[in-house]
Amino acid sequence: MPLRAKVASSVSRTAAALSRAAGRGDGSVIGGWLGLKIDPDLLAHLSAGRAIALVSGTNGKTTTTRLAAAAVGVLGRVATNSFGANMPTGHTSALAKAGSTPYAVLEVDEHYLAQVIEATDPHVVALLNLSRDQLDRAKEVAMMAQLWRTALARHPDVRIVANADDPLVVWAATPPASHDQQITPPHVTWFSAGQRWHDDSWVCPECGSTIQRSGEQWWCTGCPLRRPDPQWTVDDEGVVDPTGAWYKVKLQLPGKVNLGNSATALALAAEFGVRPFDAVPRLGDVTSVAGRYAQVERDGRTVRLLLAKNPASWLEAFDMAEQAPTLLSINARDPDGLDTSWLFDVDFAPLRGRQVLITGDRAYDLAVRLDVNDVPFQHVRTFDDAVRAVPPGRLEVIANYTAFQDIRAELDRVN
Amino acid sequence: MSTETLRIVWIYPDLLSTYGDRGNMLILARRAWQRGFRVEVLEVRSDQQMPTTADIYLIGGGEDGPQALGAQRLLADGGLHRAVAQGSVVFGVCAGYQLLGTSFFAKGTQYRGLELLDLSSDRGPTRAVGELAGDIDARLGLPPLTGFENHGGRTHLGPGVSPLARVTAGIGNDGATEGAWRGKLLGTYSHGPALARNPALADLLLRWATGAHQLPPLDDTWADRLRAERQGAVAAARA
Ligand SMILES: [Zn+2]
Repeated sequence: MPLRAKVASSVSRTAAALSRAAGRGDGSVIGGWLGLKIDPDLLAHLSAGRAIALVSGTNGKTTTTRLAAAAVGVLGRVATNSFGANMPTGHTSALAKAGSTPYAVLEVDEHYLAQVIEATDPHVVALLNLSRDQLDRAKEVAMMAQLWRTALARHPDVRIVANADDPLVVWAATPPASHDQQITPPHVTWFSAGQRWHDDSWVCPECGSTIQRSGEQWWCTGCPLRRPDPQWTVDDEGVVDPTGAWYKVKLQLPGKVNLGNSATALALAAEFGVRPFDAVPRLGDVTSVAGRYAQVERDGRTVRLLLAKNPASWLEAFDMAEQAPTLLSINARDPDGLDTSWLFDVDFAPLRGRQVLITGDRAYDLAVRLDVNDVPFQHVRTFDDAVRAVPPGRLEVIANYTAFQDIRAELDRVN
Repeated sequence: MSTETLRIVWIYPDLLSTYGDRGNMLILARRAWQRGFRVEVLEVRSDQQMPTTADIYLIGGGEDGPQALGAQRLLADGGLHRAVAQGSVVFGVCAGYQLLGTSFFAKGTQYRGLELLDLSSDRGPTRAVGELAGDIDARLGLPPLTGFENHGGRTHLGPGVSPLARVTAGIGNDGATEGAWRGKLLGTYSHGPALARNPALADLLLRWATGAHQLPPLDDTWADRLRAERQGAVAAARA
């Protein structure tokens, strides 16, 4: 590592430690920011000599990154940005903090994927999905797919692990030269993780025609773009690998969505030569991811936190939550997106029959939505009020990004 | 209303549904049903023929490609034009509002609109993103409009339409006026579930569709609180 990079890396680590000591966050952003000021190529320097995997997509990237890091851990030490700091400053901090490791698995914000591919020269990139998320400031999803596609076309040697169920991802993973999906490019491995959300992919990104669906298959009515056959799939509480072998996956994380994330993690790890047989037990050791799924005892209630930040992840959260009193909390601050329109893209009917409480900056938006949805609810001002309003036992909490952070902070104050 | 049943069509949800547009259909249907109307809602996909006899047609927002495709399909189908000629109500939001005009821009190209409203849209210098508020045309007798806008377009009204509102916050058509209406056709940049924040506007569409001069009031406690909160946020941002 050049001297400048060494200094920058050391400053980055020190700043992160200072930031933590001062109680100002976990330091995973400020340290990287300072380091990059001193050496703009620091991320590239820190990446050199490591075998790197990048994980990107709208949903599931934090959890998939955590599971993939556990799986690659079979081979040796793995650097990873486990606090969900998924922009270049976060990657820089994570690599600096980890010191020299043979492997790194990094979660990447979808807007930064092109830039981070350039900087880190990854061995493999996992593309999970593209759906609407914070549209008031994010690029349109089709444009995002185009950016990914351009970036990947510039790096034909990068191995790709991609979601066969998402037309935008399939298109992005396929170089422009091989429109015909019958010919899978040599470096793409397809997985199918059981995607539920389809509303963003009715129009073909290649030709603008309608995309038809039947069962799990989909195809464009105007060009050869169609669902490739996935090599990794989920089946009956387990994952099937490309040889057809089935592995039972016993997770501590809830829901079918995390079984799907496990399939992706195993497919990614296989690109480094990790056998599913060796990796599966490590997936079961993962208990929570950046506070998500964590269970906390509070006044005789077992509180479980689920993060849901866009329509696709709300559907997953309903699947994960048990039949128990449920608190929904909605904010619309900058990190959440300022627009709450997406609430009408979520069907809250699965919550009927439970005690439902609502809170957060934008609880009234949610109130109007639940009213139209025929879901009775009770509005509470604070998290504490919610805990008091439910009987002892389980309380499921589903919140979007800053609302989730607020509740985590609230729980940390006492526990 | 031609029959006992109020028929609501949501036009091309496969193309034009980017921002919670389903909400407008759900809200209209529920408010009609609470007044004792029988309601039939129909989601018509872009590969299906457009029915010509529904009472209310809803067109939602969409990205550039789907917007252009939607306009092309609706022009080729002709069903919506026949419905309008027979007096149906049309409510267009964002891209769906632009579609109702004579022309609009998508992906840098000018496209022909449905020519149902005398207005045309082009690209503005900046993207309009944020709270949108305005005082609605007094002839419509509605409380102020509140919504959220997210569009890159600017819309120029011709003499054949009236602005829906005078802008008090946000951009709308051009920073001065917002939306447009003529007869029983109405469009707005208040995107997505615009009717969630404007139940009185939902009732206006229902009155147009049913011919009722008045509709029994409903419990709008939560919508009223939401409106007050948003109006407060707009006022606070201005102070
Ligand atoms: Zn196509």
